[in-house]
Amino acid sequence: MRKAVYALLKKDLLLELRQQHTFYGILLYVASTIFVLYLSINKPEADVWNGLFWIIQLFVCVNAVAKSFLQESRGRMLYFYSIAGAKEFIIAKLIYNILLMLLMSLLSLFLFFILMKNPLQDAGRFVAIVCLGGISLSLVFTLLAAIAAKAQQSAALMAILGFPLIVPQLLLLIRLSKSAFGEVFRDGAILQITALLVGLDIMVIALSLILFPFLWKD
Amino acid sequence: MRSNWWKIAAVILLAYTFTAGFMIGVPDIGNLQQTIRNLFFHVPMWFGQIILFTVSLVYSILYLRTPNLKHDIYAAAFATTGIVMGLLGLTTGAIWANYTWGEPWSNDPKQIAAAIALLIYLAYIVLRGSIPDIDKRAKVGAVYNIFAYFIYIPLIMILPRMVESLHPGGQGVQGNPGLNGSDLDARMRLVFWPAVFGWTLLGVWISSLVIRINLLRDKNLIHA
Repeated sequence: MRKAVYALLKKDLLLELRQQHTFYGILLYVASTIFVLYLSINKPEADVWNGLFWIIQLFVCVNAVAKSFLQESRGRMLYFYSIAGAKEFIIAKLIYNILLMLLMSLLSLFLFFILMKNPLQDAGRFVAIVCLGGISLSLVFTLLAAIAAKAQQSAALMAILGFPLIVPQLLLLIRLSKSAFGEVFRDGAILQITALLVGLDIMVIALSLILFPFLWKD
Repeated sequence: MRSNWWKIAAVILLAYTFTAGFMIGVPDIGNLQQTIRNLFFHVPMWFGQIILFTVSLVYSILYLRTPNLKHDIYAAAFATTGIVMGLLGLTTGAIWANYTWGEPWSNDPKQIAAAIALLIYLAYIVLRGSIPDIDKRAKVGAVYNIFAYFIYIPLIMILPRMVESLHPGGQGVQGNPGLNGSDLDARMRLVFWPAVFGWTLLGVWISSLVIRINLLRDKNLIHA
């Protein structure tokens, strides 16, 4: 099991390294979006900064994660089906998407710092929240990409399915981020929100492991 | 006739709701005044929605266990009726809010959560519509429906408890996030619970009609 997951993960990473145009494509997407933001609102207030940051994360995630299933052709899926199990396949995809999204989140945070200034009071905490957020977003969108890949016009469907479903986590993340802007929370509230986010993540992983095998068999 | 007793019960319960609901004496609380009677119409919609979505979830799980197209038709019909209940719940809520909060929509966390829940389930309908192959539609729809339910429950049950809201229930209040639990007036309770059962039975009735139409339409495709 572990060997198969490792092999599938290695294949995804190798593909990424060899076909760098997709990676740079997303990177360019991130950079140009943030540059447009920079041109339209220079130095936004903390609340706006926070909201914009998470909306950008959402769009980056839709674009970065969507391709993980859309790029696999029917023939290639059949090949995977013959050499690996559904669980190994989805675990490898989840790990790969988490890694990709973490990288993208941190890069976009870096660009935000350069172009949009830094209204944060506790940057270390915000980086931790961004990592948690990147993981949460990529987990939900991995399963949704697997679902959307089965339908027509999957790219548009990703947004229709994903945006309402991600709202609970996104609201929690935006709320949690406010603690890094110096907003004072009542005792235990930060821990409660973090626990809820981690709980939702675990639930999404469990659902992916249970539900993906049904999508896998075509 | 014997299997239709619950339809008769639904009619009687709803007739009781519409007569007693407007006639009984209600407590006069603050700015609620007579709008408190909306409790018999607004709140049962959400009870109905949760029950219908749960039934839809059960049929989706059944479909994944034994792929019979019947289960898929059931799941889709119950989810659709749940959406209708949600629309009615939002509308009755907006009318109520217009008189008590001063405006129909005040971006209250609970209004937003209910609206997002509707979007989640409308996406289920869109997803089904975008897959022409019947078996594939049933399978992918079932997977999405199960996933959606597990996001829907935290969205309406956990998140509203964590924030301040104009709506009853919520921060500091134990129990249901939509109601102030046990402080319901005894006279109103006599109409409230029959109303909940009546509206839910009506929802099931509507779903069963949709199911019968779809079963007839697809009867060539359903085996066993």
